[in-house]
Amino acid sequence: MDVVVENLDVFARGFWLTVQLTLLGAVGALLLGTLIAAMRVSPIPPLRAFAVGYTEVVRNTPLTVVFTIAIFGLPKLDLTTSLFRFAVLALAVYTSAFVAEAVRSGINSVAAGQAEAARSIGMSFSQTLSLVVLPQAFRNIVPPLASIFIALLKNTSIAAAFGTREGTQTMQQLINANGQAVIPIILASAAGYVVLALGSGFLFSRLERRLAVAR
Amino acid sequence: MSSQVVLYDVPGPRARRRVLIGSLVGLLLLGALLALLLRRFADNGQLEPEVYRPFLEQPLFWERLGDGLRNTLKAAAYGLVLALVLGFVLAAGRLSQSVLLRVPATVVVEFFRATPLLLLILAIFLAYPILVGSSIDPLWALVAGLTLYNGAVIAEIVRAGVQALPKGQTEAALAVGLSRGQTLRVVLLPQAVRIMLPALVSQLVVLLKDTSLGFIIAYEELLRTSRFLVEAPEFSRSSLQVFLVIAVIYVVINLLLGRLAAYLEGRQRKQFGGGTPQVETTTL
Repeated sequence: MDVVVENLDVFARGFWLTVQLTLLGAVGALLLGTLIAAMRVSPIPPLRAFAVGYTEVVRNTPLTVVFTIAIFGLPKLDLTTSLFRFAVLALAVYTSAFVAEAVRSGINSVAAGQAEAARSIGMSFSQTLSLVVLPQAFRNIVPPLASIFIALLKNTSIAAAFGTREGTQTMQQLINANGQAVIPIILASAAGYVVLALGSGFLFSRLERRLAVAR
Repeated sequence: MSSQVVLYDVPGPRARRRVLIGSLVGLLLLGALLALLLRRFADNGQLEPEVYRPFLEQPLFWERLGDGLRNTLKAAAYGLVLALVLGFVLAAGRLSQSVLLRVPATVVVEFFRATPLLLLILAIFLAYPILVGSSIDPLWALVAGLTLYNGAVIAEIVRAGVQALPKGQTEAALAVGLSRGQTLRVVLLPQAVRIMLPALVSQLVVLLKDTSLGFIIAYEELLRTSRFLVEAPEFSRSSLQVFLVIAVIYVVINLLLGRLAAYLEGRQRKQFGGGTPQVETTTL
C-alpha cells in the first residue's frame, strides 16, 4: 500500500495524460464522426459510398493496428509528429467510425415529420440537417455516445503499448520497480480507470437529463 | 424511417442535375484526396517495385503470417469459449434471487467492464510470476484477460436478452412448478439465446480485434508477427505495406463476421416478426 501512497503523484501525472488523450480524442472523433455521418445520409452517391467504406474499414481494424500504422507507417510517408499527437490521431480516427454510426442511427430516430416540415418551408438538405435534425439527433444519442466515450477512455490505455506514459504505462513501470507490491499497484491503476469511467458516466447521465428537460 | 427519402425531396429534373454536379464535385474531391495520398507514396519511394517485390518473392513471409493468423484465431477461440461459460455463469448470478450471489456477480461484471483490457492482460502477465513463482505462457495471459473482460460483457448481453423476454414466460414456468433454476435453464435461456445471437456475434468481432493486444506481452499473433517481419532486411522498406496487409486481413475476417451477425438478425426478424426485442451493444 505504501508504494501507492508514495507514488500518488506518479499516478496523478499518468492519469492526467489519460484524461488529455480522452478529451482530445473525443473532440476529434465527434467532429470527424459527424462529418462522416452527414456524408452517409447526403443525396450525393460518391460521398455516401465513401462514408460507408470509411466506417466499415475503420470499425473492423483493431485499434492496435491503427496505432501501428500511425506511429510506424506514417513516418514512411514523411509524416512525423510527437507520439502524443499520433496517439490522439489514432484514437480520434478509430472512434470516429463508431460516432458516425451512432449519429446516423440518431438521425434515423428523429421523427420523419420534422424533416418533412423543414423541407416544406423551403430548407435545403444542409439546413434541414444542421438546423432541425442534428440538434434533435444529438439529444437521442447521448447514451450511445456516452458508452463510446467511456470505451475511448479505456482505449487510451493502448497508447501505453506505444510508449505514451499514461495510466497503464505508469502501472507497468511501477510494477517493474516495485515487484513486491504488485497487487496494490494493479488495484490502484484499475481503480483509476473505474473512477474515471464512473465519473464520466455520471456526467453523461446528468447531461442526458438536462437535455431531456429542454425538449 | 428511411432518412434517404425524408431528408431531401425526391429529385426532379433540376435537382437531379444538381445531384449530378454534386456527385462530380464529390468524386473530384475524393479523387484529389487519393491523388494527394498517391503523391505522398510516390515522393517517399513507396510505389517503387522493390517495395512490393518481397511480397511475391518471399513465400516464407506468407507462411509466417499464416502462423500469426493461426495464433490469433487460437487465442480468439479459447477466449470465446471461456468467455461464454463465464458470461452465462455471471448472468445467472446477476439474475438470481439471492443477494449473496447477485451482489458479487454485479461487482465482478462492473469491475471487469470498467477496466481496460490491456491493463488486465498486462496485470495478469506481470503479477502471475510474482504471485505463483513460475512464468505464464503469454497465450494464457491473453486468454485470461479476454475471458474476464468479454465474460463480463457477455453476462450483460445474456441478462439483457433474458430481461427482454415477456414476463409471462417466467410466470408460466413457475406456475407449472419449475424451480427458479429450471425456469432459467429450460424456458428463458433457450429463447434468450436466439434474441442475443446477433449481439454475441458482434462481440466476437470485438474479441477477435482485441487478440491483437497480445503483442504487448510477446504473444506471436498477427500484429506481433508483422512487427517481427518488418525487422527482416528484405522488408525494411515495405513496413507500411506489411501493416496495411495486416489491416486488410482483420477487415476481411471481421466483415464476414459482421455479415453473419446481420444475417442472423434478419432471420430472427423474419421468424419472430418486427416486434422482437433486440439486444443492443456497443461493439467498440
